[in-house]
Amino acid sequence: MVAPLAILLVHAFWSVDYLTIQRSFMLENFRTLLTSDLYGRVLGRSVAIAAVVTLIDIVLAFPVAYFLAKKVRRHREVLLLLVVFPLWSSYLVRVFAWKTILGTSGILNTFLLWTGVIEVPVSAFLYSKTAMIITFCQVWLPFMILPLYTVIDRMPNALLEASADLGATGRQTFWKVILPLSLPGLLAGSLSVFSLTLGDYITPTLLGGPGDQMIGRLVADSFGMSNNWPLGAALVLPVLLIVSILIWGAGRFGALGRTAS
Amino acid sequence: MSVAVPSPSTSTARTAAVAQPGIELRKVRKSFGETVAVDEVSLVVGRGEFLTLLGPSGCGKTTTLRMIGGFELPTSGEIAIDGETMNHRPPHRRPVNTVFQNYALFPHLTVAGNVAYGLEMAGVAKAERQRRVADALEMVRLPGVENRRPSELSGGQQQRVALARALVNRPAVLLLDEPLGALDLKLRKAMQVELKQLNRAVGATFVYVTHDQEEALAMSDRIAVMSAGRVLQLGTPEEIYESPRNRFVADFIGQTNLLPVEVVAIEGDRARVRVSGGQILTCRTTAGAPVAGPATLAVRPERLHLRSELGETGGLAWNHLEGTLAETIYLGTHTQWVVELPDGVSIVVHRQNRGPAERGESLGPGEPIAVVIDPDAATLLAE
Repeated sequence: MVAPLAILLVHAFWSVDYLTIQRSFMLENFRTLLTSDLYGRVLGRSVAIAAVVTLIDIVLAFPVAYFLAKKVRRHREVLLLLVVFPLWSSYLVRVFAWKTILGTSGILNTFLLWTGVIEVPVSAFLYSKTAMIITFCQVWLPFMILPLYTVIDRMPNALLEASADLGATGRQTFWKVILPLSLPGLLAGSLSVFSLTLGDYITPTLLGGPGDQMIGRLVADSFGMSNNWPLGAALVLPVLLIVSILIWGAGRFGALGRTAS
Repeated sequence: MSVAVPSPSTSTARTAAVAQPGIELRKVRKSFGETVAVDEVSLVVGRGEFLTLLGPSGCGKTTTLRMIGGFELPTSGEIAIDGETMNHRPPHRRPVNTVFQNYALFPHLTVAGNVAYGLEMAGVAKAERQRRVADALEMVRLPGVENRRPSELSGGQQQRVALARALVNRPAVLLLDEPLGALDLKLRKAMQVELKQLNRAVGATFVYVTHDQEEALAMSDRIAVMSAGRVLQLGTPEEIYESPRNRFVADFIGQTNLLPVEVVAIEGDRARVRVSGGQILTCRTTAGAPVAGPATLAVRPERLHLRSELGETGGLAWNHLEGTLAETIYLGTHTQWVVELPDGVSIVVHRQNRGPAERGESLGPGEPIAVVIDPDAATLLAE
């Protein structure tokens, strides 16, 4: 676990001289990161997209998780299986599937043409931030649903009944009881979705437009195409830092919740 | 007072307690698919009354409670509280609060947060909220724990918080779903007394669900004994214990001798019955009991005497059964005598332990002995 990270860390302080890696300590890579505003912009965009995807997935996953945990009596396993089912197929396949849905002659355009909502195929669906966000939301959704399902499933029904008994409407019960008690699952799911989105480079490559590069793509390019491993390693560090801070923060929060409850 | 089964004449004195109906159930029925959980239950609970729904698990008592609380909707029938129909009113709009079986305290809120929850939902101002929370905790004798979390409290303390959380809203009806089940015996006894006192102090109608007959006898104004979704008997603890109307009630509440008999004659509320060995007894009969043919006689072990105890002055010795002593079991507060009748049926007699002089009966197993029966203590059951 630690060794690859250590290698990464060491690489970040090296540099590349044409094809060979110069193994001497230097901060050249970080100077590049700080002076060129490309990297900052891409990192900022990545964080923003990851945050939006996380928020959308929370909103999408909550009703599903609640429904599965509290409303379904029979065939719950089957429905849970359906939630996990997409994970059995390759991630690449699912991203490509969105390509066929959102493409100019894709399913969405065909449908909209057929219903008459549009007259000319819309090309903006594909190769855009929207396409990326839609895809991210769908492929990572199970990672949000499952931890939420677990916490809601463990929530005693009597607590929800007690809330209603004490005069709370369904909405009040949600904000005052269900949401606070779901926080551990919400945090776990959010961390997964956020980190997975932040580091991803396949979806931006396949579905993003020219101005939609994300940090994962830059890292992949540094390691691959431009063969600049040290720069790639240096690029990874801020991502690692952000995710680490989030995990640490969530851990602190969780610990707080535990001593408090 | 109206019950699914007609009331015995002895309960008329209690009708006054139900002058102001707090809760009315009219032919309430609840089925889950094929199974009928509650079967046409009709009963009226007086305002401020302490009513216990008593029965074994699966008898429908909890479902009945949950329908009053609004957590289940009746399949048919009507539920009214203080004269208002509740059938389609959701739980949060009923003048009812519940103490749940495992308290259901909110783990993420402090004690004060838990107790204030209902007031907050009702929009009570913060200052008054704090005052009423403090009052409620005072009332359940748990002051000063406002800022603790439920998990930091003992089971007994959590129980009190649950009570305070419900009572702080001044509900017309307080529902209690086996609230003492998780407490140890001593604490349970203490809480029984406190619950009864709270009932008198706050004046709310209490509906209490339990399978513990002792608890029911100790606290209730009236008890509804339930089995298989029906109310088998509704009456004061004394009526339920002394005059069980049928075999289930007699058997479920306390220890009872149930003797197979044949009714020979009826004179007013007295019956002459033949015990299967051929001996004739006089006993009390109840509404709905058979007037001829086979029947069941119920008599409490502590209401029986052994012939030698009564001596010359007993005056009841004429009503007795002859048998042989099978065994005596010393049980501390009393001694249990098992007497076997000629046909093999045994009768259990309890003798209060009042000191060595009375305990010193030196009969051995197999020796002849007579069991004397007060006709008023032996009841012919409606099946």
